[in-house]
Amino acid sequence: MATVKTRRTLAKAGVVTGLVIGGLFAGLPILWLLSTSVKSNGEVFQNPPQLITEGFSLDAYRAILGNGAQLRFFLNSYIVAFAVTILTLLVAILAGYAFSRFTFPFQKTINAVIVSVQAVPPITLVIPYFGLIVALGLYDTYLGLILTHMVFTLPYAIIMITAYLNTLPRELDESVKVDGGSGWTALWRILVPTAVPGLIAVGVYTFMISWNEYLFALTLTRTDDMRTVPIGIQLLMGQHSYEWNQMMAMSILGSIPVLALFLFFQRRFIGGLTAGAVKA
Amino acid sequence: MTLTAPETSTRSAPAAPGRSRSTLARRLVAYGYLSPTVLLIVVLMVVPIVMVIGYSFRDNVIVQENSVFAGFANYTKVLTDANFLAALKNTAVFISVSTMAHLVLGLAFAMMLNTPLLGGVTKAIFRIVYILPWLFTIAVIAVIWRLLLDPAGVVNHVLQTLGLIQEGVNWFSDPGMALWAVTFVNIWAGYPFFMISLLAALQGIPTDLYEAAAVDGTNWFQRFLHVTLPQLRPVIISMAVLDLIWTSHQFALIWMTTGGGPLNSTEMLSTFTYKQAFSEYEFATASAAAVIVLLLTMVLAFFYVRSQREQ
Repeated sequence: MATVKTRRTLAKAGVVTGLVIGGLFAGLPILWLLSTSVKSNGEVFQNPPQLITEGFSLDAYRAILGNGAQLRFFLNSYIVAFAVTILTLLVAILAGYAFSRFTFPFQKTINAVIVSVQAVPPITLVIPYFGLIVALGLYDTYLGLILTHMVFTLPYAIIMITAYLNTLPRELDESVKVDGGSGWTALWRILVPTAVPGLIAVGVYTFMISWNEYLFALTLTRTDDMRTVPIGIQLLMGQHSYEWNQMMAMSILGSIPVLALFLFFQRRFIGGLTAGAVKA
Repeated sequence: MTLTAPETSTRSAPAAPGRSRSTLARRLVAYGYLSPTVLLIVVLMVVPIVMVIGYSFRDNVIVQENSVFAGFANYTKVLTDANFLAALKNTAVFISVSTMAHLVLGLAFAMMLNTPLLGGVTKAIFRIVYILPWLFTIAVIAVIWRLLLDPAGVVNHVLQTLGLIQEGVNWFSDPGMALWAVTFVNIWAGYPFFMISLLAALQGIPTDLYEAAAVDGTNWFQRFLHVTLPQLRPVIISMAVLDLIWTSHQFALIWMTTGGGPLNSTEMLSTFTYKQAFSEYEFATASAAAVIVLLLTMVLAFFYVRSQREQ
């Protein structure tokens, strides 16, 4: 028995060592980001490097939060990401309901098109978008960004919501219809409230995609009034290439919404995310 | 996220004779629910793809009013451009090395996180730490690694202290190093999604398979080889093809760390196309490049769909 116990302890030590090494690989760069954001700029490249700074200060955060132009980037990102999330959920709920509860001609074809949309490279689309968005008068507007972001959030959302609705028994909607309600009533009164856990996962992921989107935000906006956070970080890099602490503070502030959403909805999010990938 | 098609419902009542009118009505209702989606996909996907294909056969598009038909001239120009060929080669290296590393790291981390030897809370904490790189936007990841890999940065300091290098290396501006540097950063940023999917798949392997193998007197490595890997194979194949496609889309990371330089050493198909369009204003050649990128992606997507069918 002793040998079994020893082997178990050894195995456990091995796994813990592996986990810690992997954890350092994943976590140290982020710790360094945090630590640099509270350094004074003179300390950023001090030799030898210090993880814990002696001159702790929140000046970099004050500089970012006290700057109207930077705050505008955050406002823009929130407006675009929230609008994309709400519109994506609305459109995807309707489409998911159609796929889950109806049979109609070209169902498989339409579904295949929606699935394959996800493989289309953004760089292929950005050139015609530039022409199209200018022609529609949407260049440098929120609406231009919102619509183009939805191309990449919608397919995933429809696929996930269809799969989720398929798991809900049809008796749910039938009961509404027996009471004289329509399919529309059944969808919004019964199915959507029941599907909230799935909708949250889809919503969080949609918000993440929109918040992080870079290529369209770079090419379809021009003025600082419309730029989003990822572009703001890049602009900061260009303008103050030596203000590393401010770049790090902006990066942290720009990551908080996604981090908060993820940590808050972690369980549902990972469950919803893997449900699609694993059934693959 | 996933290219998986959910099973569309086939459970609705079959059309009985004499009920064809209500069947037609039901179909119209279904199309009504789908109409916003179809409209968006037509306007923002079908029309743009037709437009870019049209651009690629013309000259002086977008910047001039009267463009003329140019046949395959733009394609010839792109396919004989040394920069494009370099971009093709770099993209191939970048996506294949990234995907391999994502798979190896993702699998190793998922297996450690799935260990029965540790408690749930410990594993939950490690799981969050391991997912962290995936939660930061690429712009932030570019900034973090520009700081870490700076010639005076902490990575160089550690390597110098260990005696592995003599003086600080400028990872992103050294033509021999830049491609490996951006690939490394992409590996760091991208493994968690692989890991999450593999972890879920690992948890789905029936434990009696392992018990049966243990009864047969197999060791840990044999069980990994003959139980774990075969069980994970479908997920690994579909994730790998998806990862190849997504990684080939990568633009922001390259653009914000090296911009494709130095000397084209990190030029990718995406940065090449972007520069043609928005730096050179050669929208016609950019469109030809964009169509080639689309075709290459479709080849990958074809393999994805086939791997899905085999299951």
